[in-house]
Amino acid sequence: MSTTYEESRVATYETSRAGAWAYVLTDCWTMTRRELAHWARQPVQMIVGLVFPVMMLVMFGYLIGGGRGIEGNYIDFLVPGMLALTMAFGLEATMIAVTQDLNKGVIDRFRSMPMTNGAVLVGRSAADMLQSALGLAVMIGVAYALGWRVHGTFGSFLGAVGLLLLFRFAMLWIGIHLAMVAGKPEMVQAVQILVWPVSFLSNAFADPDEMPDWLGPVVEWNPMSHTATAVRDLLGSPGGEPGHIWPAIVWPLALLAVFFPLAVRRFGRLSR
Amino acid sequence: MTDAIVVENVRKRYGDKAALDGFDLAVGSGTVHGLLGPNGAGKTTAVRVLTTLLLPDEGRAEVAGYDVAREAGRVRRRIGLLGQHAALDEELGGRQNLEMFGRLYHLGARHARVRADELLERFGLADTGRKAVKQYSGGMRRRLDLAASLITEPEVLFLDEPTTGLDPRGRAEVWGAVRSLVGGGTTVLLTTQYLEEADQLADRISVVDRGRVIADGTADELKAKTGGDRIDVVLRDGGQLGAAVALLPLDKSEVSVDADRRRLSAPVTDRMAALAGAVRALEEAGIVAEDIALRRPTLDEVFLHLTGDGPAGSTGDEHRDHAVKEAV
Ligand SMILES: Nc1ncnc2c1ncn2[C@@H]1O[C@H](COP(=O)(O)OP(=O)(O)O)[C@@H](O)[C@H]1O
Ligand SMILES: [Mg+2]
Repeated sequence: MSTTYEESRVATYETSRAGAWAYVLTDCWTMTRRELAHWARQPVQMIVGLVFPVMMLVMFGYLIGGGRGIEGNYIDFLVPGMLALTMAFGLEATMIAVTQDLNKGVIDRFRSMPMTNGAVLVGRSAADMLQSALGLAVMIGVAYALGWRVHGTFGSFLGAVGLLLLFRFAMLWIGIHLAMVAGKPEMVQAVQILVWPVSFLSNAFADPDEMPDWLGPVVEWNPMSHTATAVRDLLGSPGGEPGHIWPAIVWPLALLAVFFPLAVRRFGRLSR
Repeated sequence: MTDAIVVENVRKRYGDKAALDGFDLAVGSGTVHGLLGPNGAGKTTAVRVLTTLLLPDEGRAEVAGYDVAREAGRVRRRIGLLGQHAALDEELGGRQNLEMFGRLYHLGARHARVRADELLERFGLADTGRKAVKQYSGGMRRRLDLAASLITEPEVLFLDEPTTGLDPRGRAEVWGAVRSLVGGGTTVLLTTQYLEEADQLADRISVVDRGRVIADGTADELKAKTGGDRIDVVLRDGGQLGAAVALLPLDKSEVSVDADRRRLSAPVTDRMAALAGAVRALEEAGIVAEDIALRRPTLDEVFLHLTGDGPAGSTGDEHRDHAVKEAV
């Protein structure tokens, strides 16, 4: 039954010679499994994360209502905006999770082990992407129940989901980087405050054409607005305009090109 | 015999405070070495430098023959770390933790599982079931942490205050586990604030204060450094301690007085003369002694002597100067 120390030692030493990409993938998968194990143990947290955006959707759709100047059904206009907003708020969730994780003792053990440097972050991002995909599914289901309909082809529907997840992925790595810059959970709150105006200075709830002159351009420039408009376009919802699909692809990629390497580098040097 | 750990003149600053200020260390392969020092001495910082968690500002450190800054990957494959604070995933269970770490050491799924079971068994944690680590007792957590640092049976094991905060039973458990490792060829660097712990577990001890090693040697060598044997005198009436100090033929600046225990203690050079002199002097003055004994100094006294937070009745600074001179 027993594995000898020699055996386990040899197994580790072999990594030094192989040093292969296979281990990078193994490590990332191990760290993803870790996050999934956390879900299994704390399902409530995960479920609250799914329910919160749905509450926002219902609140804005019915209690606040409005949407003057929107042709057609306001809920048709609102849903794509809320989907994009949910992706943007993911930044906060990621940031909180990373800050909590980085302040745990287990990170020291990871960093003293011969594992792939950024695997902890990859595990986080895989889990967050999975949660976001689930979140989108739940929201779309609820939106259907509220009478929202998709008017495009199935292909364009998948394209819309892809754009939303791409935007989420960019927010995710910004969140990881900001978490490491902020460091302590107290600082996170300060950064969180910035997420809200950026999210609301978008076309999620209202048409920028109806906004004051100084605000309209700001809102249209916001990367999230591009994603929302492109999604509306692909789903045949009111407020959709052609020509936003490319910006909705390029903006997140550009943000990733900046924040992904920054985050990985910063993690490697963390407190060293 | 080669050295498993070599540290040369390492400095690490936090702001304008030097956590390590010219730290030197050499630990022979296969030995247990104690770093003994008060809170804030720099023990944890030294361990973090040696386990590649922290880059030194200056100086050089090698573990198992590899440079901790330039060859961190190689070092990491050869070390185990039991940090000052538990380095475990508190949400997960014990087996889940060990399996995860085993996979991260690339043991493979099956191997990691077998190794986890083996270690749980060895540290008496086999029947903890699905319980999350955050529900563990302090002693259990520490043992699991120790198990995690032994997954690959490391060449060099770092234990940073392994028993701080544990009750006597937990302490005994961890001591037992550490003793069972010794003899297997593993080099152990152990930090502690407990003199008794260093005395019990370590072959050699380095006394650390203010970011540097101020004395080095076996427990006996360190004890000899404080000036050899001591005399203890316990009086029936604690109120007479002052009078006794005044009349006893001892170096007054070195006498320490413990009023609660009605005891005075001082280093002696000539054992028999000191004993006879004390008995005679007390008898003549009519002071009743309950006990008079000669003994070797405790490591506590060595420590206080060297770090200069000196015995009652003397100023720390005098002692500090004395200690530094002696250590040089
Ligand atoms: N991250 C840090 N930031 C600022 N000061 C620190 C940090 N870590 C340690 N120090 C300081 O460095 C000194 C040595 O600390 P440490 O190595 O933890 O000592 P020990 O482990 O011996 O108690 C202490 O004065 C401590 O306050
Ligand atoms: Mg410490």
